[in-house]
Amino acid sequence: MELDFEVVDLDESEHPEEGTEAPDFVRPLVNDEYWEDVALSELTADGPVLLVFYTMDGDFPATYIWNELRDRAWDDDYDVTIVGLSISSPYEHKTFIEEREMDYRLFSDPQNGVAEEYGIVNDLDGMAGISEPRPAVFLMDEERRIQYAWVAQKWPEFPDYDEIQDELDPL
Amino acid sequence: MSDSTATTDPSITLYRLQSCPFCERVVRKLHEYDLDYRSRFVEAMHSERDVVKRVSGKRTVPAIADENTGVTMSESANIVDYLDNTYGAEA
Repeated sequence: MELDFEVVDLDESEHPEEGTEAPDFVRPLVNDEYWEDVALSELTADGPVLLVFYTMDGDFPATYIWNELRDRAWDDDYDVTIVGLSISSPYEHKTFIEEREMDYRLFSDPQNGVAEEYGIVNDLDGMAGISEPRPAVFLMDEERRIQYAWVAQKWPEFPDYDEIQDELDPL
Repeated sequence: MSDSTATTDPSITLYRLQSCPFCERVVRKLHEYDLDYRSRFVEAMHSERDVVKRVSGKRTVPAIADENTGVTMSESANIVDYLDNTYGAEA
């Protein structure tokens, strides 16, 4: 999105860099039928993972990101598992997955602890007591070694999908 | 507004959509002038924005209502100009 004006700048983030190990975590992972506690390391055990942090399951930014990922369907062409994470509850995730008609699973983290682990907390202006992850994308291999990391530095800011695709090409 | 609520109730209300760039443009300006404001978040579907229409006459966001001046207004460029003219160094 090209804009001829400035939006809000976020503070410097201290997220895990490329080449380092992505922090492991366990959270409810929601699909279109049920949810259960799953560790990130269980997903990476099966191959590379694209972990997508996104804004709560509303209809604007979350929809932009997941419509794009759904339409690109990288997991059809590459050996990668795509999963999302937001602060929305499992119920909201289930509705969101149905509405977006997508096959991707979503981690639920209402207390935002994973974003804290990853150093990407976004305290929301105008919503007291609520923080969520800033938009971020981490591509990691079977050992959770980060191959590619992108974290929003402005609000709003969206991932560079073509750049991610270039990173997926070797897979 | 009575005096008892005036100290805690900001006189500017901003109707916004989470993470909408045009809304954040206004937020940036409100911060620049250190203005106190209340945020009311609406949804993307225009049909669900009747509250904004009641205030500004349109369903678009951002929209602001400023009790200091009695002004209500839509469109980020207009709002930014208004804030500059009302609260900026030139005001």
